[in-house]
Amino acid sequence: MQRNQRTHLDHLENQSIFIFREAYHAFKNIAMPWSMGKDSNVLIWLARKAFFGRVPFPVLHIDTTYEFPEMLEFREWAKKHHSLNLIVKINTEARERGIGYETHDPVTVTHELKTVALQQVLAEYKWDALITGIRRDEDPTRAKERYFSPRNAQFEWDYKDQPPEFWGQFATSSAKGEHVRVQPLLDWTEVDVWRYIQREEIPIPQMYFARNGKRFRSLGCSPITQPIQSNASTIDEIITELEATKVGERAGRAQDHYERNAMQKLRAKGFL
Amino acid sequence: MTRESLPLKIVFVGHVDHGKSTLIGRILHDTDSLPEGKIDMVKKACAAEGMEFEFAFVLDALLEEQKQNVTIDTTEIRFKTKRRKYIIIDAPGHKEFLKNMITGASRADAAVLVIAANEGVREQSRRHAYLLSLLGIKQLIVVVNKMDLAEFSQKRFEEIEKEYRKFLGELGLEARVFVPASAKNGDHVASASKKMKWHRGPTVLEALDLLESQKQDVDLPLRFCIQDVYRFDDRRIITGRIEAGKLRVGDELVFSPANKTSKVQSIEQWSGSSENEAVAGDSIGIMLSEQIFVERGYVASHQTDTPIEANRVHADVFWIVREPMRAGHLYDLRLATQEVKCEIVSIDDVMDSSTLEASKDKREQLERNEVGRLTLQTRSPLVIDNHDRIPKLGRFVIVDDGQICGGGTIFGGVYTDRTVAKSKNIFWVEGKITAEARAARTGHRGAVVWFTGLSGAGKSTIAQALERELFARGMQTYVLDGDNIRHGLNSNLGFSPEDRVENIRRVSEVAKLMADSGVVAITAFISPYRMDRRRAREIALEGNAEFVEVFVDAPLEVCEARDPKNLYKKARAGEIREFTGIDAPYEPPEDAEIIVHTNRQTVNESVATILEGLLPRLEPEQVDD
Repeated sequence: MQRNQRTHLDHLENQSIFIFREAYHAFKNIAMPWSMGKDSNVLIWLARKAFFGRVPFPVLHIDTTYEFPEMLEFREWAKKHHSLNLIVKINTEARERGIGYETHDPVTVTHELKTVALQQVLAEYKWDALITGIRRDEDPTRAKERYFSPRNAQFEWDYKDQPPEFWGQFATSSAKGEHVRVQPLLDWTEVDVWRYIQREEIPIPQMYFARNGKRFRSLGCSPITQPIQSNASTIDEIITELEATKVGERAGRAQDHYERNAMQKLRAKGFL
Repeated sequence: MTRESLPLKIVFVGHVDHGKSTLIGRILHDTDSLPEGKIDMVKKACAAEGMEFEFAFVLDALLEEQKQNVTIDTTEIRFKTKRRKYIIIDAPGHKEFLKNMITGASRADAAVLVIAANEGVREQSRRHAYLLSLLGIKQLIVVVNKMDLAEFSQKRFEEIEKEYRKFLGELGLEARVFVPASAKNGDHVASASKKMKWHRGPTVLEALDLLESQKQDVDLPLRFCIQDVYRFDDRRIITGRIEAGKLRVGDELVFSPANKTSKVQSIEQWSGSSENEAVAGDSIGIMLSEQIFVERGYVASHQTDTPIEANRVHADVFWIVREPMRAGHLYDLRLATQEVKCEIVSIDDVMDSSTLEASKDKREQLERNEVGRLTLQTRSPLVIDNHDRIPKLGRFVIVDDGQICGGGTIFGGVYTDRTVAKSKNIFWVEGKITAEARAARTGHRGAVVWFTGLSGAGKSTIAQALERELFARGMQTYVLDGDNIRHGLNSNLGFSPEDRVENIRRVSEVAKLMADSGVVAITAFISPYRMDRRRAREIALEGNAEFVEVFVDAPLEVCEARDPKNLYKKARAGEIREFTGIDAPYEPPEDAEIIVHTNRQTVNESVATILEGLLPRLEPEQVDD
């Protein structure tokens, strides 16, 4: 029967829902970082599928104060639309110290306004698991990730000694001060994400679509995120464009390229 | 939108230096999957070093780039043939081999095992095949590589094929095909080679294209493994993944291990069209037409083909952590969503994974990287299938201290006909006299009023005072407490954690029966665990009984100062172990219907608070004519 032919996207969706439910069972105190980017919105969608319409844990936005106004507008709209329990965290202490793109390099700013902000909010709420939208294909440093990836109290990720993970069984314990990153999108590719957004009609910010010959492929802080040359104004056109390109997804994100191995340094320090 | 077929995931294994990297490099080249200019770059680098160009360098360069974080599309290496897409899982050649190979290979649809024609079958050729058999990977292609170093000899190829087929046979593995090839020169990789006209079989790529995508086990008997029961709104949704078979709305399901049955009322979905059927691989949520108690770990099947229930299993276990697996140590065994305690009964054999010979010595433990044939005993019943029949219910992991330490596959479990066993079981049936009829006679509904709180908080005192109040109102009521339960119904139970759970379970069942008979059953037990109380609630719900949780709250110091039975003193002196509040935890309710604070409220005040919350819930429902 044709109805029961499961597609590649069906498999990815089923696996992600399974992981969401395992995480919800295994951890008492969960939060889901939400950047309002496309992957983040797919996560919200999958959570609602897994939990029959609701997102049963808080959603966290680390607000760097350098957000695109359009993204903030989307945030407020989506918060209502999905009935999210939204926590917004700003590292006000660092901003007061004068940390900013105007005066500091992007790696320092990203570390202070994202990673340190996350550490602060984690210390406050004591979450034992964070559900993130990391994908294996996104960046080479993410290849050795697991669906359930433990971080120590210093947020460090020991990529050389990853726990074994097989047969749908995960490392679900976290010692005091530790937390586990749960990564339901690990097996998805950038194109899978777009196909799924198209199939499910998931709301996303309009900045991903081309305006005046430019569009954003990946979204971060406004001073350091550059649009790419593109005329892709529909999801179909974006997919066609992606299938032809050999340029990395995060090429427009300055903090990755500021120096060699920047991403690795950020990641080892606890960047999402 | 096009329905894209699934990419096939393959893992490359084989003895070191037998040419895995070269073969991967050659495949990427011949399928035009390399980034532009990559080959030229490597060729130039080789020329500069005065080295001969090798395809293995292409893969090395690719991996090196990934390590150095120069932009490249992906680290799971992908390529495409005319037939389909492929993902090569994990590249060969890293340390921590077993752990990573298991993690990688467990996701693979198929394996390519590489043997060099000049060296022939070596230790790792055998060891890797053994691991594949343990992981249940059935699709295997053997590439006899470096045929150029064996003069493209048909005789040499056939020798290797014969020897290796025999070895695979002992493992219960069968290679789809043996392909003679020379990855270095591209012979028989993407196109047939003139140098091996004697070979009439497929090339490597043709052999890959003949593989099948991993079957989602749709044709096997139904195994729906429960992950959780959600009650976010008035729906009670039972969620989980179908590991095998299919499930339709209207199907009668048997839930193991309790052997309870109910019908599928609906398959619940948040968005998308509603479905009447779900198949293996689907993560679903269902509603049942009759409310029965199920929880995480239960396995639903059809009555015609139920799984095995056992607390002793024979299994092949592989061990991957430094600390050996020891007899006498208690481990967690996780199988699908089940988690039970287990220990080794006996280590029957420890196998050398290269020679497949059993070690002769009697062993007390299983070392890292060893595979043993063990007998395991579990503390509570386990729902299983034999691995060769339904793989996903026949494999488990062993967990110690939250860490996965090993895995195993089950063989030799005995199926019993549960339809026969079932007829002997007594199932919950609602009597002909309805709850409404009983309530009409007594003037109130039956209910379970579940007291919980520390020893000395005042549960029994308040329960008895409440009982008197209800009795005085002409209501049918009865208190279940340690005095009337421990000495009779539960006289065979001690105070071990398992016995405590069973104690509470029996009390829950008795209270449910009493509530169904129209009685307001009041239970007065410490019942320190949320899980146990939640289960009591589920059991009551199953009998359509009202369940009211009453938290009798008083600070530990107050209870300890009262100490009516001198129990705290004994616990402090170490005469009693695992005493709640002293050296065992008490989990206060998060959503009790009623809370009384006995450090601030008198017995009468407490009873009043309870009556206030309880009596409205006992009013008979208005029956519409």
